[in-house]
Amino acid sequence: MSKLEIRGLHVNVEETEILKGVDLTVSSGETHAIMGPNGSGKSTLAYSIAGHPKYTITSGQVLLDGENVLEMAVDQRARAGLFLAMQYPVEVPGVSVSNFLRTAATAVRGEAPKLRTWVREVNAAMSVLEMDKSFAERNVNEGFSGGEKKRHEILQMALLQPKIAILDETDSGLDVDALRVVSEGVNRVRETGIGTLLITHYTRILRYIKPDFVHVFFDGRIVESGGAELADELEANGYARYGVNEPADTEAVTAGA
Amino acid sequence: MTATSTDPQVHPPAAGAHSHGGPVTKTGSPAERFTSRNPDDFAVPSGREEDWRFTPMRKLRSILRPYQSEGTEEVSLSGPQGARWSIVGRDHPRFGSVLRPADRVSALAFANVSDILFVEIDAEAQLSEPVNVTVAGKPGLNYGHVVVEAKPYSKATVVFDHTGNTTDTANVEFLLGDGAQLSVVTVQDWDSEAIHVSTHTALVGRDAQFDHVSVTLGGAIVRLSPTVRFAGPGGSAQLYGLSFAGAGQHFESRLYVDHAMPDCSSNVVYKSALDADSARTVWIGDVRIRPEATGTSTYELNRNLLLTEGARADSVPNLEIETGEITGAGHASATGRFDDLQLFYLQSRGIPEDEARRLVVRGFFADVLNHIKVAALHDRLMAAIDARLGGQPSDDAADSAADETGTA
Ligand SMILES: Nc1ncnc2c1ncn2[C@@H]1O[C@H](COP(=O)(O)OP(=O)(O)OP(=O)(O)O)[C@@H](O)[C@H]1O
Ligand SMILES: [Mg+2]
Repeated sequence: MSKLEIRGLHVNVEETEILKGVDLTVSSGETHAIMGPNGSGKSTLAYSIAGHPKYTITSGQVLLDGENVLEMAVDQRARAGLFLAMQYPVEVPGVSVSNFLRTAATAVRGEAPKLRTWVREVNAAMSVLEMDKSFAERNVNEGFSGGEKKRHEILQMALLQPKIAILDETDSGLDVDALRVVSEGVNRVRETGIGTLLITHYTRILRYIKPDFVHVFFDGRIVESGGAELADELEANGYARYGVNEPADTEAVTAGA
Repeated sequence: MTATSTDPQVHPPAAGAHSHGGPVTKTGSPAERFTSRNPDDFAVPSGREEDWRFTPMRKLRSILRPYQSEGTEEVSLSGPQGARWSIVGRDHPRFGSVLRPADRVSALAFANVSDILFVEIDAEAQLSEPVNVTVAGKPGLNYGHVVVEAKPYSKATVVFDHTGNTTDTANVEFLLGDGAQLSVVTVQDWDSEAIHVSTHTALVGRDAQFDHVSVTLGGAIVRLSPTVRFAGPGGSAQLYGLSFAGAGQHFESRLYVDHAMPDCSSNVVYKSALDADSARTVWIGDVRIRPEATGTSTYELNRNLLLTEGARADSVPNLEIETGEITGAGHASATGRFDDLQLFYLQSRGIPEDEARRLVVRGFFADVLNHIKVAALHDRLMAAIDARLGGQPSDDAADSAADETGTA
């Protein structure tokens, strides 16, 4: 059993306070959805937990199984069992996906996976996500379509087997088929009993990945929490009751995957 | 900003991309670059001249005047059938058949060298292995001269490998017959005191392909001037370069591609990384497209990665276009520091910071190194770069070897 505890988290970007006191606990086996309008601070929460250099924690705590995550280097956090599927994955020119995945798996597992079983493992994970084998020879995120980037993030999640995974708008930019495939990939990892924090603007991914808890995020904090029914309420009424005129039921842009 | 500088007379600024397709702005006829075989036609440079303003002249004093070659370089050769080599004298008809000295050091070396290494690739020969020219230097002053003649429709790779500690000024001529494919790799892996100033100049025949990769990892001053001219239409030149400069090292690359024949193409990719405050790299990329060079296609790319605060990389692209009827011409140049986001991304997958840095630098150099098709050399250079980055040799090679024996 693992537990990620976020307590009273305040975060600045440059001089601006973005997170204004976030409290949330995610345990193994649970799926929490965080829903909120654009700019409410969802990615800031995700990046702050992962240790992105742009964000300054001004107060509060993040604990993984009682260990202070905020004192760990970025790579230590990942090795401790945290994983962030990013909203905007970064291009790394000249570094092949296969080299990257193997280097990451070696770091997280503490030893290099045996080459033969590794190749089989990667191929199996890629076929779940309906990714072509040739993908492994491409450079990390270089020239990937929006959908390919998201598949690649979930591929990493499957191979790195985190304790707690944070998925930041993994659904955005996916067409219906791709959303189904990627959700299936996420669910396979979820079934291993990890804790999941699913960040989204729209309810449609929640049809494939059923949350146990839904939290509404607004202006840097959680303003309401409930069960799956809260998502239905948002689907019907959008974020209007929080003073924002944004729907939560459809996505304006669905780029091809 | 101290990190980069760009000559104000040239376009565009050091960071930025620029390309000319479709409608082309002609730049008029620039002055002809001065060349001469007589060293006295070049004044002793002070360091203020355009050609020398980036170079630390104080350390070059000994090579700016004629000297007696002290013969402290041991040159050895190996190569497969289809290649022949011999030491010839100045009276050999190929000596000077390509070179037009463009600076005093080149002219001095040309005027004073006595032994010329002449390498011939037979017509239509397809070499099974590279011709290796290894130069092992010991302290002392040396003049060098090599002529490589790739006869028509031959296909060959020639590798120059420089190690040790010496002072070497040299000219290397490449004469490519019609349809010849000549691939050259020159490695400067000198010890930290070495001084190496050399011009590599190619004359590319009709439909011939010249491929030149320069890798500079060691030496105090390495200044290489690769120059290409075309002798007929349809030729192509690929000029790749990699420099990894550390403390006290000055690595300078001065390229000149002179398009005076129709339907030729050239492509330049030069990358450098600098990992000490006192490290310095210079890249000059001159491309000239003369009025008769219609249908030319050319692109130049220079990227510099500063791994420490004080390091300095200069980048001066210069494209002179004298005809509107070209296929395409462009250049891009950028100098920057480590991308924090790339490091964050790699680290967020558990990869420790030092290893993430190594991955980024290896990735940065990958397109140049992957251009080297000699596997053993590619792997050796990769290992040397890894070692510079403080890394262990990667286990992938051993792993895949084990896998091959397993399945055999
Ligand atoms: N460098 C910065 N300086 C000031 N404010 C910033 C800076 N970077 C981001 N912000 C602000 O922080 C707020 C939160 O951004 P964040 O990316 O966390 O939102 P989000 O909820 O993930 O939005 P989206 O749904 O668009 O992904 C936004 O209002 C954004 O404008
Ligand atoms: Mg976001």
